[in-house]
Amino acid sequence: MTGQTTAASRGAASRRAGERDRGQFLFSRWHLILIPVAAAMLIPMIWMLVTSVETLNETRHFPPDLLPHTVRLRNYSDVLLHAPFARWFVNTVIVTVVSVAGNLLFCSLAGYAFARIKFFGREVVFVAILATLMIPFQVVMIPTFIIVKDLGMINTLGALIVPNLAGAFGIFLLRQFFRTLPVELEEAARIDGASRLGVLFKIILPLSGPALATLAVITFLWTWNDFLWPLITISSADNMTLQLGLTTFQGTHQTSTNLLMAANVMSVLPVLLLFFLAQRFFIRGIASTGLKG
Amino acid sequence: MADVALRSVTKEFPGGTLALDDLSLDIPDGEFLILVGPSGCGKTTALRLIAGLDKPTSGQISIGGQVVNGVSPRDRDIAMVFQNYALYPHMTVQRNLGFGLKERRTPKREIERRVGEIAAILSLGELMKRRPAQLSGGQRQRVAMGRALVREPKVFLLDEPLSNLDAKLRVQMRAELKRLHQKLGITTVYVTHDQVEAMTLADRIVVMSAGRALQTGPPQVVYSRPANLFVAGFIGSPAMNLLSGRADGSQVVAGQLAFSRAGVPGGDVVVGIRPESLGPASDGRPSLELEVDLVEPLGEVALVHGTVAGAAVQSGAEEEKEILAAPASRAPVTAIFTAADQPAPGDRVRVGVAADRIHLFDLATGAAIR
Repeated sequence: MTGQTTAASRGAASRRAGERDRGQFLFSRWHLILIPVAAAMLIPMIWMLVTSVETLNETRHFPPDLLPHTVRLRNYSDVLLHAPFARWFVNTVIVTVVSVAGNLLFCSLAGYAFARIKFFGREVVFVAILATLMIPFQVVMIPTFIIVKDLGMINTLGALIVPNLAGAFGIFLLRQFFRTLPVELEEAARIDGASRLGVLFKIILPLSGPALATLAVITFLWTWNDFLWPLITISSADNMTLQLGLTTFQGTHQTSTNLLMAANVMSVLPVLLLFFLAQRFFIRGIASTGLKG
Repeated sequence: MADVALRSVTKEFPGGTLALDDLSLDIPDGEFLILVGPSGCGKTTALRLIAGLDKPTSGQISIGGQVVNGVSPRDRDIAMVFQNYALYPHMTVQRNLGFGLKERRTPKREIERRVGEIAAILSLGELMKRRPAQLSGGQRQRVAMGRALVREPKVFLLDEPLSNLDAKLRVQMRAELKRLHQKLGITTVYVTHDQVEAMTLADRIVVMSAGRALQTGPPQVVYSRPANLFVAGFIGSPAMNLLSGRADGSQVVAGQLAFSRAGVPGGDVVVGIRPESLGPASDGRPSLELEVDLVEPLGEVALVHGTVAGAAVQSGAEEEKEILAAPASRAPVTAIFTAADQPAPGDRVRVGVAADRIHLFDLATGAAIR
């Protein structure tokens, strides 16, 4: 019996070692699919990068060269000199950071209320909020515009921030996550003397890292890349965001493709950076739990 | 330090479940009171009402002479240990212990002193920098107790605190709990379904069933003078043997067992005999013939399971159906023999009992006949 077990576990061990070797030095079958897909995703990025360092004439080649003949970094300084690129960048950062912070705060509060506090009409209100997820933006665009105009915020950064401080998606996401946390933790904290808000900020939120990170990343991407709403509310160049500003490189008669791509590279960088940072965070997950089992 | 009183407390959950039905309890200052009963009997509900985590449907709860019905858990100055410990996973042991004090704005130096003190009592010194996930079950349990005790609460509430520990650790922690209570003298309400814990720890126990307190008293009294059939069947391990019988004048007959008891009203009765009261028959004592079918040696003694002539009675306290399926004309009986007299399966032995150690209950009402 013992002999068999050790033989079996040795067999399993060598099989595992074999798998590890294959994983390190050889392709798995999945790579046959993953490599072409990854290449298809990367080519536009490379094309953008290459175009951003070419002269305007070179950009007109077709098929495009994936290796640049010259490296013209002046495109980047031209973008910074000839357009208020730095200003747009700062505007976008302000709008994005405040929107992300607003979503984390307000969606936490609302999500917690819907998850744990019993009040009259809770389910009805929650379903109503969920239902707004099914209404396309184009439908509410004009009413929102009128509200923002009445608030006197048209053509200010406020117009971009205020309507996006909280969202149905965030409330739903956090409510679902909060409901998975053991109620006993909150009861223990309440007996220990914490108030409702104390429970939320000292117990619930520290344990909700993955959900908060997800919401932060989604809000960041959405706000950073938003184009339509800034287009209709912002008219002066000083208050433009990056996505809106980029379109000013596209003229009716001529488009400076190389400058547009240089600006594009600069506006995409923070998003890529965030992705790599957040990816690590997602994987970490909830490492510890204080409950038995 | 405070006494706790429940006055006609009723708790009905939405959907109509009656968890507590007119429960009244008086817990004097410093007492160790245990609520014991099968699952669903309302014992945890009672604890949560004292803690303030749920509100009673009607009735009054007071702590230290003050009605606390409208007082939030944080202002009741109570501490609770949860069955699953509910330690804060993102905090170290040190911060777990200090959380309650910090929330009450205790000066930092005072927090350090008290956390250090409680850590010494519970020997948590080496674990202070660890998180709950890095602790064993027994260590988590000690941290949970420490977190409750460090606040020096008026009342200490424990909800099945030992049920997640393995058997050996449970016995150790049971003794530790009793020692702590003797040392600190905090009024303690403890919920368990384990009647051994109830017997060993409590100053007084309350046996509960279906939201009602069936009997309240010191463990020894509840054990030796159960007030009704349910308590008789629930307290004691192995459970009391219950046989259906008939009283006629002062004579009681149940199967082969016959004895006289003065002042018994005539009618159908239940005869209860604890396994530990049954022994090899001797002259002059009531006795009955036991057909042995299973022997469980425990070292010093052996549990002898078998059947006797007569009909069995269910007390309502059985959590599981009788394992030994007995034919309808015979009733299962368990006796405790010393290892020396232990019979073998298949044997027929005569077992006897002292007449004054036989319990009698009214079959219709379940009440003890005394």
